[in-house]
Amino acid sequence: MSWGDPFIIFAGVVLPAVILIGVFIVALRDMSDLSERGRTADITLEVVSHDWWWEIRYPNGAISANEIHIPTGEPVRMKLLSADVIHSFWVPQLQGKIDHVTGRENYLWLEADEPGRYRGQCAEFCGLQHAKMAFYVVAEEPDVFEEWMGGEAEDAATAPVDGGEVFLNSTCAGCHAIRGTEATATVGPDLTHLGDRETLFSGIIPNDRDNLERVITDPQSIKPGVAMPPTDLTDDELAVLLDYLEGLD
Amino acid sequence: MATLAARLGVIWAERPGLASWLTTVDHKKIGLKYIYTSFVFMILGGIESLLIRTQLIDANLEIVQPEFFNQLFSMHGITMMFLFAMPMLSGFGNYFVPLMIGTRDMAFPRLNSFGYWLFVAGGIFFYSSFLVGAAPNDGWFNYLPLASEQFSPGLNIDFYCLGLILLGISSTGGAINFIVTILKMRAPGMSLNRVPIFVWGELAMAISIVFAFPTLTLAVTMLELDRKFGFHFFEPGGGGDPVLWQHLFWFFGHPEVYIVALPAFGIASAIIPTMARRPMIGYTYIVLAEMAIALIGFGVWVHHMFADGLPGLTLSFFSASSMMVVIPTGVQVFAWLATLVTGKPILRTSGLFVLGFIFIFVIGGLSGPMLGLVPFDQQVHDTYFVVAHLHYVLVGGSMFPIFGAFYHWFPKMTGRMMSETLGKTSFWLMFIGFNVAFFPQHILGLLGMPRRIYTYEAGLGWEVGNLISSIGAFVLALGVLFTVIAFVRSQRSGAPAGNDPWDGETLEWASTSPPPAYNFAAIPTIRSKEPMWDQPELHEQEQKPALGLELAEGHQVLITSVLDAKPQAIAHMPHATPWPFALTMALLVLAYAILLDAWLLAGVGAVGTLVGLAGWFWPSGETQET
Amino acid sequence: MSARAADDRSTEVVLPHHTSGTRAFGWWGMLGLIATEATLFGALISSYFYLRFTSGSVVWPPGDIPKPSLTLPLIMTAILWSSSIPVHLADSGIKKGKQGRLKVGLLLGFILGATFLAIQIAVEYPETLHEFSPSTNVYGSLFYGLTGLHGAHVAVGLLFSLWTQVRAWRGHFDERRHVTVQNFAMYWHFVDAVWAGVLFTIYLSPHF
Repeated sequence: MSWGDPFIIFAGVVLPAVILIGVFIVALRDMSDLSERGRTADITLEVVSHDWWWEIRYPNGAISANEIHIPTGEPVRMKLLSADVIHSFWVPQLQGKIDHVTGRENYLWLEADEPGRYRGQCAEFCGLQHAKMAFYVVAEEPDVFEEWMGGEAEDAATAPVDGGEVFLNSTCAGCHAIRGTEATATVGPDLTHLGDRETLFSGIIPNDRDNLERVITDPQSIKPGVAMPPTDLTDDELAVLLDYLEGLD
Repeated sequence: MATLAARLGVIWAERPGLASWLTTVDHKKIGLKYIYTSFVFMILGGIESLLIRTQLIDANLEIVQPEFFNQLFSMHGITMMFLFAMPMLSGFGNYFVPLMIGTRDMAFPRLNSFGYWLFVAGGIFFYSSFLVGAAPNDGWFNYLPLASEQFSPGLNIDFYCLGLILLGISSTGGAINFIVTILKMRAPGMSLNRVPIFVWGELAMAISIVFAFPTLTLAVTMLELDRKFGFHFFEPGGGGDPVLWQHLFWFFGHPEVYIVALPAFGIASAIIPTMARRPMIGYTYIVLAEMAIALIGFGVWVHHMFADGLPGLTLSFFSASSMMVVIPTGVQVFAWLATLVTGKPILRTSGLFVLGFIFIFVIGGLSGPMLGLVPFDQQVHDTYFVVAHLHYVLVGGSMFPIFGAFYHWFPKMTGRMMSETLGKTSFWLMFIGFNVAFFPQHILGLLGMPRRIYTYEAGLGWEVGNLISSIGAFVLALGVLFTVIAFVRSQRSGAPAGNDPWDGETLEWASTSPPPAYNFAAIPTIRSKEPMWDQPELHEQEQKPALGLELAEGHQVLITSVLDAKPQAIAHMPHATPWPFALTMALLVLAYAILLDAWLLAGVGAVGTLVGLAGWFWPSGETQET
Repeated sequence: MSARAADDRSTEVVLPHHTSGTRAFGWWGMLGLIATEATLFGALISSYFYLRFTSGSVVWPPGDIPKPSLTLPLIMTAILWSSSIPVHLADSGIKKGKQGRLKVGLLLGFILGATFLAIQIAVEYPETLHEFSPSTNVYGSLFYGLTGLHGAHVAVGLLFSLWTQVRAWRGHFDERRHVTVQNFAMYWHFVDAVWAGVLFTIYLSPHF
């Protein structure tokens, strides 16, 4: 077959080589563009990944969890750290993913053109509840964002009476901080502005009274294996606690 | 010739029964054992996948608990790669390499037996972990820090590490066996340019194993030292680095996928000329391509790590090398197509599986270079897009050729034909089931569904794709069942196969079906790369023994030169022996002892290992000649 | 013993039954083993330099561990490398049928190799364990990991040597049958060559 050899060379080597070199060059250009844009960010947010939730620290000292606010129309740099195992920060509508590697600082930038809620999910297997480690990126007009960030940095608006006392006296304060109270533990997410969030338990259920009650009394039924134990409260204690938590805007 | 055959039959006979099963060094028996055992593991891996697909058929299901799910997907990967694909391809290699190169056994028959028993021991070791609810649960890739003692205090990861050490020894020994057999035992006249492509594929696989497995062995040993003795190789607090695990694992892990693909490509190259009834076009290109894939395959591993935060220069280099490896992979496809198009192909079940392989593997070969481009990969890395890609290349590129091999070679191994009707049914169910199962997963990945999740939220748009995928998985499983039925039926009532049912071109078709223990009464002299088509004396077994040597004064084989297969010497092969099995038992005791921190028992295992080695290597019988 | 042709029509072919060197399966088998073990050491040495240069620590060894001294390692080097000489003489000797040279060479090689290992275990390690252990930090893990892996290969080599000596004394080897001696020598020289890598990596490189 005299045409066999040239056919194999042309179709099997030359043509694919041309195509592959072409797409590779396009990809290189994209890689360069992406890294260039990431260098011009004014704001850096620090995201610390935990088993199985996200801690966010804002430049003004605000600390929050699981819902990340960013201003629209400008690149925002994320500094990715991990408190335990490797996780991965992925909000598909805004950016490719980069892992949170234990012992390293990785960087990623986000830029939302339009305001909105963008869903993210951990994208590196991190153990039992890897499947339920979601988060939201809330993109807002820059002035709205500034106002939000200022508010987030403030201590809890409500004084810790009634429900707040329940919070401080039961196991809650052993893991969760509410800035402005005596609860300062950082084992679990910061709850200072819990009422402000639309989801609970790292983005997996809506933040409403029923779900909040379930998270407190029976967390293992939602996310088995998570570090949070069930909290034993009387109905009255639970009611005032829920009132208090809902009030933490 | 009759008296020579009769004499050889007596010389090479092994005692029947259980004793033979434990002690055989016959490459054909060992090959069949590998094939049957790895098929059982394939079924186990398939059950694991069906449980996974059942759990994921809809959102928020609780059919399988999260811990068990994590064990299922981890063991599915480990089983399919280490306990199915590799041993199955070794099994076909064991059976057919000596036949195809015209010799009587592998170079190291006892090592061959040891490799099989250690594979079984490793499989038992892995699966015994389910009995204590502690199967490996951090994926087949076992990333740190999750796999460290701190985050995985149970036995799961220890089962993983020690099991892989056992399997690594088995595979490495087997690989060395293939390399020496292929280089030094070919029949006179079978120069390198006359070696069947299937044999080249096994050689490429073996060389890759020799250089890839040590990094895996090192990685799991370092991890066990971290876990049991507080070393800090991977632990950032002590100055270690979890990314080092990824480098070591993937330096092994990427060549590993070529290890399970190259012999399968070789199977396709064995079936296609027979099916097309003409010599392969582009033999040289295919052989060079296989070697190039093996070589370049060692230079792409960081493409599994594009989301780690590594420097741009690193990413660019490995993206380029990943593009490069596509080319030799593709070259083969064109050679195969040219051969089929210019031949007069007969479409039997084996040929259908080869066509199915080409179709499915090529699709996987398109999603592959997509993944090799960094910006795209950083979106779909660790999503179902990758799951789709890997199954297209592995099921397409390895499993379909293996099923083709069943239909092509079972008549030779068992002497019975397999039902074409059942075979074709099996093929179509598997082909349709596979594509229905895995094509939607590309889309699921693009819709944002990560991998390795035991459930997913409703309302994200993932339900439909998962439902379709799960249905496809069950259809694929049904297809596999049809092949099992076809096999069982053939053993009971299949037509006698005769020596050469397909009019094949390579030497295995010169022997009876199944071949006698000594393979060929007269070792042939080879003058062509399609000896059965060009050397008519082979058909009626009328060849004169090469060089006039009967090689009938014991278990004798010819040693020939590497390039041109010129005869150099006569080797004396060992007879059946229990020592490889005994050594395996000692190593298994050692593995369990280390698993359980039972150091006294470990000492016993170590001593047993030394005793096993001594018994093996002390010369007796014919091995006193060396 | 050699084989004669079954029929006399063709030229008589005489093939040897005993082989050594590149004609012997065993030689190629040992080569395969050396290739895989060399890769193992290569990966560990690469890990050493990877961890050193990505550790972020300017000081190496980190954490108050003193730089390794050179005196003892250089003595150990001299002992280990000189052991290759009698082993080589044993190997070349038996190719010429010299039983005495075989036995003496193997024995001397064994003594030197055992001395090396004894110094490592009984002199070097007790000293270093005063300063740091494998669990102190990654440097400790690498130090004991790499030297220990090499030491384990020396130990296996010593067992191989004993085995070969026992067979030598039972008269298993002569000028035609000596593949085992050859394979042992190959393995032993390999272990000596690996020591060059260990010497450079563990003992010399921290000084740069």
